[in-house]
Amino acid sequence: MIRIANAQFWVHDQDDALRFYTKMLGWEVRADVTMDAWNFRWLSVGPGGQDDVGLILMPIPGPPMLDPDSSAALAELVAKGAGGTLFLETNDCQASYDELSARGIQFNDPPARQPYGIDTSFRDPSGNNIRLTQVLDFDPNRSS
Amino acid sequence: MARHLLRAKDLVDSRYSEQLSVANMAAVAGLSRAEFSRQFKATFGETPHQYLLTRRLERAASLLRVTDWTITEVSLAVGARSVGSFTTSFHRIFGQTPSSYRAASPPASRMVRIPRCVAQAYARPQNRTFREDRRLGDP
Repeated sequence: MIRIANAQFWVHDQDDALRFYTKMLGWEVRADVTMDAWNFRWLSVGPGGQDDVGLILMPIPGPPMLDPDSSAALAELVAKGAGGTLFLETNDCQASYDELSARGIQFNDPPARQPYGIDTSFRDPSGNNIRLTQVLDFDPNRSS
Repeated sequence: MARHLLRAKDLVDSRYSEQLSVANMAAVAGLSRAEFSRQFKATFGETPHQYLLTRRLERAASLLRVTDWTITEVSLAVGARSVGSFTTSFHRIFGQTPSSYRAASPPASRMVRIPRCVAQAYARPQNRTFREDRRLGDP
């Protein structure tokens, strides 16, 4: 059986990202190890209670992985929100919205009713999008 | 089970890294501190303080295994008031200091599962000339 182990976001600053995902989103640190010889830091976080899936917070690489122009372009694209989306689920979208708002997370929009449930979204400090959905029985007529 | 007590327990599980106290737990349960502690112990078999402390220490032990953070950084990350009180509590519960606990486990850098493609990409030595170019072009 093949399953998802880790997903990955490019981040501009791993310390900022770590603070955001642990202190604001409330996730756990799965691994934070710096390989000095490679000038590389492997940083993995994930939600408590879901130990077998993690999110790797990967620094935007420079040479020799990426030439300086490409590295700058990638950083710019991520900042523009083109880095992709992480899709999360919650049992109670409004409660999660309230709790995370109280911790300082700024949402793109308040929870909205959709045919598939109730959802909202926010961004990490680098601009990566995170969608938070409370899944309900599909109802084509449900809307905000 | 009493829902208000579970709410206090959930608070610890999600906010242990913050400056959380038994008073905060009692507040979300809507009880006086003394009554809260009594009910919590009767329901869960340990005092709220014990629960909060052991939750923090469990998380700290995990961080000692999976990160290369300093003991001080680990203690701050789990909401300990000071590294001194953290070390004392840790020793009381685990029977060894945070440092010796970490030394007894394989180093995080050896246990971490960095996929081969990542290692190959990042561990490739930089070309010296390339690096100088980068310094000149992008200070």
